[in-house]
Amino acid sequence: MDIQETQRLLSEHLHELADLFHRLPGSAIFLRYVKSSYQNDPIRSAVELFLFLFAVRYLLAPKYSTKPGVVQLSEDEVDDLVDEWTPEPLVGKPTPLEAMEVDKRTVIVGPVGPKSKLSNGRTVTNLGSYNYYNFNTNESLKEKAIQTLRNYGVGPCGPRGFYGTQDVHMKTEADVASFLGTASCIIYAQAFSTISSVIPAFSKRGDIIVADKGVSFAIRKGIQISRSIVRWYEHNDMEDLERVLAKVTKEQARKPLTRRFIITEGLFESYGDMVDLPKIIELKLKYKFRLILDETWSFGVLGRTGRGVTEHQNVDAAEVDMIVGSLAGPLIAGGGFCAGSEEIVHHQRISAAAYTFSAALPALLSTTASATINLLQNGPETVAQLREHTKAMWAQLDPRSDWVYCTSAPENPMMILVLKPEAVAAKKLSLDDQQFLLQDIVDECLANGVLISRLKTLQDNFEPKQIVPPALKVCVTIGLTRKEIEKAGTTIRHAITKVLSKRK
Amino acid sequence: MPRRAASSSANDPSNAPSSSPASAKGGIAIKAPAVIPNRLSQFFSTSPKSKAEPQTAQAAVQSASGILNSSTATPPISSASLSLPTISLSTATAGNPNMDEPPTTLFQPPSPEEARRLAKQHAQFGPIGHHSHRYTSRHPGGPFPEPVMDEPPYYYLLTTYISYLILIAFGHVRDFFGKRFREENYRHLKPQNGYGALNSDFDNFYVRRLKLRINDCFERPVTGVPGRYITLIDRATDDHNKHFYLTGTTTDTLNLSSYNYLGFAQSEGPCADISEETIRKYGITSASTRAEVGSQDLHVEVEDLVAKFVGKEASMVFSMGFGTNANIFPALVNKGCLIISDELNHASIRFGARLSGASIAMFKHNDMRDLEAKLREAISQGQPRTHRPWKKILVVVEGLYSMEGSMCNLPGLIMLKRRYKFHLFIDEAHSVGAVGPRGRGVCDYFGIDTNEVDILMGTLTKSFGANGGYVAADKEMIDKLRATNSGVVYGEAPAPAVLAQIMSALRIINGELVPGQGEERLQRLAFNSRYLRLGLKRLGFIVYGHDDSPIIPVLLFNPAKMPAFSHEMLKRKISVVVVGYPATPLVSSRARFCVSASHTKEDLDRILTACDEIGNVLQLKFSTGIAGGALPTSEDATPPPEMEKEWRRKRNTKIVPPRWQIEDVIRRGVQDVKSPLY
Repeated sequence: MDIQETQRLLSEHLHELADLFHRLPGSAIFLRYVKSSYQNDPIRSAVELFLFLFAVRYLLAPKYSTKPGVVQLSEDEVDDLVDEWTPEPLVGKPTPLEAMEVDKRTVIVGPVGPKSKLSNGRTVTNLGSYNYYNFNTNESLKEKAIQTLRNYGVGPCGPRGFYGTQDVHMKTEADVASFLGTASCIIYAQAFSTISSVIPAFSKRGDIIVADKGVSFAIRKGIQISRSIVRWYEHNDMEDLERVLAKVTKEQARKPLTRRFIITEGLFESYGDMVDLPKIIELKLKYKFRLILDETWSFGVLGRTGRGVTEHQNVDAAEVDMIVGSLAGPLIAGGGFCAGSEEIVHHQRISAAAYTFSAALPALLSTTASATINLLQNGPETVAQLREHTKAMWAQLDPRSDWVYCTSAPENPMMILVLKPEAVAAKKLSLDDQQFLLQDIVDECLANGVLISRLKTLQDNFEPKQIVPPALKVCVTIGLTRKEIEKAGTTIRHAITKVLSKRK
Repeated sequence: MPRRAASSSANDPSNAPSSSPASAKGGIAIKAPAVIPNRLSQFFSTSPKSKAEPQTAQAAVQSASGILNSSTATPPISSASLSLPTISLSTATAGNPNMDEPPTTLFQPPSPEEARRLAKQHAQFGPIGHHSHRYTSRHPGGPFPEPVMDEPPYYYLLTTYISYLILIAFGHVRDFFGKRFREENYRHLKPQNGYGALNSDFDNFYVRRLKLRINDCFERPVTGVPGRYITLIDRATDDHNKHFYLTGTTTDTLNLSSYNYLGFAQSEGPCADISEETIRKYGITSASTRAEVGSQDLHVEVEDLVAKFVGKEASMVFSMGFGTNANIFPALVNKGCLIISDELNHASIRFGARLSGASIAMFKHNDMRDLEAKLREAISQGQPRTHRPWKKILVVVEGLYSMEGSMCNLPGLIMLKRRYKFHLFIDEAHSVGAVGPRGRGVCDYFGIDTNEVDILMGTLTKSFGANGGYVAADKEMIDKLRATNSGVVYGEAPAPAVLAQIMSALRIINGELVPGQGEERLQRLAFNSRYLRLGLKRLGFIVYGHDDSPIIPVLLFNPAKMPAFSHEMLKRKISVVVVGYPATPLVSSRARFCVSASHTKEDLDRILTACDEIGNVLQLKFSTGIAGGALPTSEDATPPPEMEKEWRRKRNTKIVPPRWQIEDVIRRGVQDVKSPLY
């Protein structure tokens, strides 16, 4: 093959290529563009060519990670590291306190009532359950529940959004709303999950939450997941609240307006004391915050008919932006609710995780809630009786005991009994020591036929850490006579004295 | 064409044994022959108890249809169920008529009460039509195939994008004018009197301008049992879906929407009986948390049962499935740990993972190679910046994905787990009860020892018709978790009636109660799932997910087809779920069928017929055939799915888009369903 042959072949190929190029749609335009631009401005063409080549190089370049500090390792090295790596066990060994928790768990055999049978065969006076009104042994409520069961089955087999909204749910929502006096209401399938879903549905990153330092675990979880800016104020300290609100308002004055919330509880889960709602309403209006009030422990308890802290302190429920409560406690049903304006409720139906992504509440629990609300509404004397009983129990414990005092509000049937600081100091008790000691008291009570419980708390990973003082929990019920209550109170007092005086 | 439950079986000659309500066999083919006749057996038995009141069949059927279709136009009653004759032996022997002898009646139509009872019972759980309508849900062995993701012609993708563009453009135009002329409607989106806007304008756009248009497909109120049929409460709107009012009527629809996999949503039968008894004995609530004094003997019993059922040493039960996930992760992992989670995991897992404080990484849905790459990177690089090794790595997957219908690749995961020593958490929310030859979830399905999985979580809401969730693991782990899981410490204990439902459902499944019935439920579910899936594939729909999954998503793509599909189905008295963005990727809007053991083959045929009609009208039959469903070739040897490409190339067979006639689909369904669906 000589050189001419090669040239001929080459030119043939070139012609073919040119042909092909000409046949491409738009090639003429491209050629015209290059020709004209080269004639006018050869440098521009050079720059364009350079840019084109750069783009090609950029697109063909290997991907690189934007993560800083990645160490390049060979496959063998990675294999070695994989072999070397030993993970911790998924769940560690329990601490002595945790082991005790599990070990000492009481199991009730049969129904929960004012007198309950335990797994060891003994029947004891039950002052541990939230069965304040003893609705759990009410035959007509049972009949109603059975009727619902016979019409609806047990589970609704689906989330509310997809054919899980039963008429009974809509009725319960309307019942709760009209009971409280709010425009609207939404029910959730579990009380504990309610508030931790309500908060992040409204408060997002960049929003501001001002919360009581003593709020419950569920509220803390809600705040944590909302990723909002949090400011804490001292537990139930209205002056401190005002200080924080003023500070936040000042800090945010120049910034775009975000949503701001005050979050507190009606009756506090960990302390049992009551919020000063009128004062909070005043502050919230003054500083233009929205109020999320957790009435998990006060709904069905406070007020003349159990409407909660709004009734008790004569505040219009519509003044509170969101009232969150439980249907699971004294109302003996299940689930929780959030009551507020129509917009507030509607927004949750789309964006509250525990509502949209969870199966609906079983119909029979929903109708039970409606029924118990009706009972409360029509029977203020039951609520009054509970208060009488609570007073009787107080008389046995708080002023008389040398060792403990009650942090609960006098109206609260759930009495939180904390060791007196001087007793703790005198005996040099650590938090764990106190827990063990309190468990001894619970055991001692149980030995004398009275079932009470400790305030169970968990330490979470959310800063700042909250330290809840260890406490005993005594729940009064009107299923017992006043005499029985007094007797049980004496038993508890004696048990406390016995255990504590034995120690050192 | 809507058919009534009471007469549907009569239309099909193949279920002769059960077509007459008085057949001595009863409506159900129970395998175990020695059924002890107890209170429970009458639940399925269709033989009438009282023969004292002979009534005309017409009255019976009328009363039955009165229950089923109280508010809607009664469809024509089939002649088969109308003209049931009373056969009298004594009058038949005409040779020597003895008038003193009372007539011996062989067949008597059921009394109205009886018929009503039956209609109610069958509206919750349909009797099996034929003994061949069963299948065992089990992985056939070999590597687990990736589900084939079929794609429609580009035309549909393009129109989908254009549809969304139009919707968004319209939305903005309406907002533009709305904000100027209808300010009151936008109040909650703007700062007002010094309060920040309650909802962000941008976040709310989708809800306000897109979802609102199809709001009538969501949150449809229902009443009664969400069983085979579900009763919708009719509603109407005067303000374009902003508010609804009830019209006072109801519609009975075939229920393809509830997670009632095993058909335990029933208001009668053993579960309901036991629940009723439990309410009588225990009351309604446990009135406390598990950690305080809310633990009852029922809880302990259910926990033991659940643990045994799923194959773990111990378990905990909770009153809410979402909460179970939301609370478990903080008790398992914390700062310095890594969660590697499937990208399509449920919101509750994300909720819990975020609360735990651990780092979170995601891998592509069901992609074991991607997971391995993520694992290698995580282990070799350690924690970001410090490069300390991770304390532990928890891989979180779901057994059955509720929007995709795909199962996790458990064999692949176990292989990786052996190599990379991570901990494995499986959320069996949808798979427990729904897959596996014994209904015990994905481990059962793949025949894998549950010891290989560290933690099994699941819900009791779906397959068992109850409520709540469980976590099962080794006893040691559960004991620790009982003290550290916030659901135990703060969450209300599950209610006794719910526990009774769980307990009885589990006992039926494992055969302790009403032997044979649990097995039947499992096998019918498996059959129904495959039957409907195969039928839809053959009709030409794009269906996602694995063969044995009872969740069958049918792809619609164009957003406007969501409400259209839902409405057309509702017209045919079938309730289905339609889902679109954000629950799915933007383009792949879908309708989702949740099959139940309570459905009969006739129900599924009714759905297929409806889909066929709607598919033609809405242009939904766009599958290419790569996901199977094609006409069977003459060769018997069907290749395993992973070899299929090669097999096709070798034989030079082109993939033919399957577009079967509905009659052929129904005719061939039962026999073909038992071979691989590809």
